[in-house]
Amino acid sequence: MLKDHPHHHDHPRAHSEVPSDPALRTKTLESLLTEKGLVDPAAIDAWVDAYEKKIGPRRGAAIVARAWVDPAFKARLLSDATGTIETVGFLGREAQHVVVLENTPAIHNLVVCTLCSCYPWGLLGLPPRWYKAAPYRARSVMDPRRVLAEFGLALGEEVEVRVWDSTAEIRYLVLPERPAGTDGLSEAELAALVTRDAMIGVAKVEAPKEAKA
Amino acid sequence: MSQHSHGRDDSAKIADHHHIHSELPSDPALRVKALESLLAEKGLVDPATIDAWVEIYESKIGPRHGAKVVAKAWVDPAYKQRLLTDATKAIGELDMLGGQGQHMVALENTPGVHNLVVCTLCSCYPLPVLGLPPAWYKSAPYRSRAVLDPRGVLKEFGLELPEHVKIRVWDSTAEVRYLVLPERPAGTEKLTEEQLAALVTRDAMIGVAKVTA
Amino acid sequence: MNGVHDMGGMHGHGPVAPEKGEPVFHARWEARMLGIRRGATFPSEVNIDRWRHIRELIPPHLYLSRSYYDHWYMSYVAALLQSGWATAEEIKSGHAGSGTAKRNDAMRPDQAWESQKTRGVFTRAVETPPLFAMGQRVRARNINPSGHTRLPRYVRGRVGIVGRHHGGHVLPDSNAHGKGEAPEHLYTVAFSMQELWGAEASPHDEICADLWESYLEPA
Repeated sequence: MLKDHPHHHDHPRAHSEVPSDPALRTKTLESLLTEKGLVDPAAIDAWVDAYEKKIGPRRGAAIVARAWVDPAFKARLLSDATGTIETVGFLGREAQHVVVLENTPAIHNLVVCTLCSCYPWGLLGLPPRWYKAAPYRARSVMDPRRVLAEFGLALGEEVEVRVWDSTAEIRYLVLPERPAGTDGLSEAELAALVTRDAMIGVAKVEAPKEAKA
Repeated sequence: MSQHSHGRDDSAKIADHHHIHSELPSDPALRVKALESLLAEKGLVDPATIDAWVEIYESKIGPRHGAKVVAKAWVDPAYKQRLLTDATKAIGELDMLGGQGQHMVALENTPGVHNLVVCTLCSCYPLPVLGLPPAWYKSAPYRSRAVLDPRGVLKEFGLELPEHVKIRVWDSTAEVRYLVLPERPAGTEKLTEEQLAALVTRDAMIGVAKVTA
Repeated sequence: MNGVHDMGGMHGHGPVAPEKGEPVFHARWEARMLGIRRGATFPSEVNIDRWRHIRELIPPHLYLSRSYYDHWYMSYVAALLQSGWATAEEIKSGHAGSGTAKRNDAMRPDQAWESQKTRGVFTRAVETPPLFAMGQRVRARNINPSGHTRLPRYVRGRVGIVGRHHGGHVLPDSNAHGKGEAPEHLYTVAFSMQELWGAEASPHDEICADLWESYLEPA
C-alpha cells in the first residue's frame, strides 16, 4: 500500500513523553513487565549470560579452523553450511539458515544488513555497534573498498569485492583465507587466530608474529 | 561527467563543522541571538537590515500578490494566455518578480487536471507571489508524501478528487518556480477582479485546495 | 548526495498536519534568522547551491529533528566556520575575538527591497543546442554523486517524457563545489506514478521534475 496508515503515528508520541536516558526507561520497563508477569528477571539474566559468556566468535572461529584443516568438512560447509554447522551443534537463534562465503585471493566477501542489523548471532555472538550503525549500513554497499580501507584493509584492484546484504533470514559467515606461515599450527591454535572482524569480512586473518615453522 | 564528481574534502570538512551543534545549547532563540550579536560585532550584518527584511516578508510580500495574478487571469483571457505561455513575463507585467521567483511557470487547474507543487529536496517556493512558505510545505511529511501519495495528502487538506482527475505533482528541483492557477469557482460571474482576488487562498495556489465562492 | 533531505517517497514521517492560521514566524528568532540569511554578508563561495549542499550535510538526526530556520542557523554557522570567518569560540560566545576588525560593507536596510527584486536570476545562455526534444522519452541517469545534485533518488533510472524546455540554467552540481556555473539546458520531465512507484500506483497521475541535460539520457 502506498498510503501511510494513520494509526501508526500515535506510537511515536510515547517516545517524546518518557525520559531520554535509556537506562531509566529500560529499568522502568523491566519493572513494569515483571509486575505484569510478562518477564521473569532471571530469564533476562540467563539470556545476558548466554551472550556474554557462552555464545561468541569462538564458535565461528572453530568452524573456520576446522575448514582450514579438513578439506572434506570445508567442502560440506560450502555446499550446505546449515546442515554442516548443525552437526557441530552451533545452530541457534539468528543462525538457523547459514551460508558460508569463501574468501580467495580473487574474491573478498563482506557482510552487512543495510535494513537493520541482521547478523549470525549463533556463530559470532552479538554484533559490534559499528555493524548496526548508519555509516556501515549505508556505505558498505556503496563504497565497500573505502569502508575496508577504514578498517586498515586495502585490496588490490584485481580482487573482486562481493557485498552480501542480509535482507532475509539467511545468515552469512565469511570463511577467511588461511594466512601463510601457519602450516605447523594445530586446529586450536588456528582457531585462536580467527577474529570476528575476519568472519564479517572487514579484516583478514593474520599469522602470529612468531610463526612456527 | 566531471560535474558529478566533486572534492570529497570540502563536503567532509563542512560535515565536521556541523559537529559544533552538539556543543551548543539546544534552544535556537539563544543561539540566533548570539549569532546576530557576533555578526553585528564583525560588521557582517546590520541589525536594521534584518528588520527591513522581516518587514518585507511580514508585510510587503505575500499571497495577495499571487491572488492578483490569478484574478486577473480569470477576468482577462488575453492575460491568462500570456500567463500560461510565459509566466515570467506576465507576472513581470505586474512587477511581481523577485528572488526565488524570477523564472515562473503557471499551472492551470482544469476539471480534468489538478496541479500540486512541492520541493522534495528542500523548500523551494515562489516567494515573491506567495510570501514565505508555511511550515508544513517545508516539512518531511509533505516533502516525502506529496510525490508518493498526492491524493492522500490532498485528503488531509480536505480535498478529495475523483479518480478520473489527473493529478500532476511538480517537484521544484531547479530555480523554476511554480504558481497554480486554480479553477474559478462557479457563481462568481458578477464579482469584480478585486473581489475575486480576495477569494484566492495561498493553499489554492500551491495546489492543496480549491477556491470556493 | 544520497542524504535524508532527499525525501521523495519516504514513509514514516507522519501526517502533514497543516496549522490553521499559521503565523509568518512562530518565534522572533525565526524572523531574525530570516533577516540574517537575506541581509548578512556571506563568504563569496557560498552561492545558493553551496548553501543548499551545506544544509544537506547537516547530520541526519539534526536535519530531521531541528526546525526549518534552525537549519538555516546551522548552515550559516557551518559556512562561517568553513570559510574561517568565525571560530567555534566566537560562535559559542556570541562575541568577536579581541582584535577582530569590523567590516563596514554589510547590506543597508534601504538596499533590502532592491535585493529582493533583482537577486536570484539563474537563467544563462548555453552555446550548444538542446539535446532533447519536446515529447521525447528520456531516462534519468543512475548517478549517485556524493556532492550536491538536484536529481532526486526516486526518479533515477526511470523513464519520462520531456514536457518543457527552460533554456540554460546554472548547474548546481558544479556551482556548489566552486567549479563554475557550467550552465546546461534544463527540462521538465513528466514521469507516470506507475513508472516511479510500481504497478499498484495511480494509473494516470504524474510527477514532473526539472532536470538538467546531464541528468538525462535518451530512452
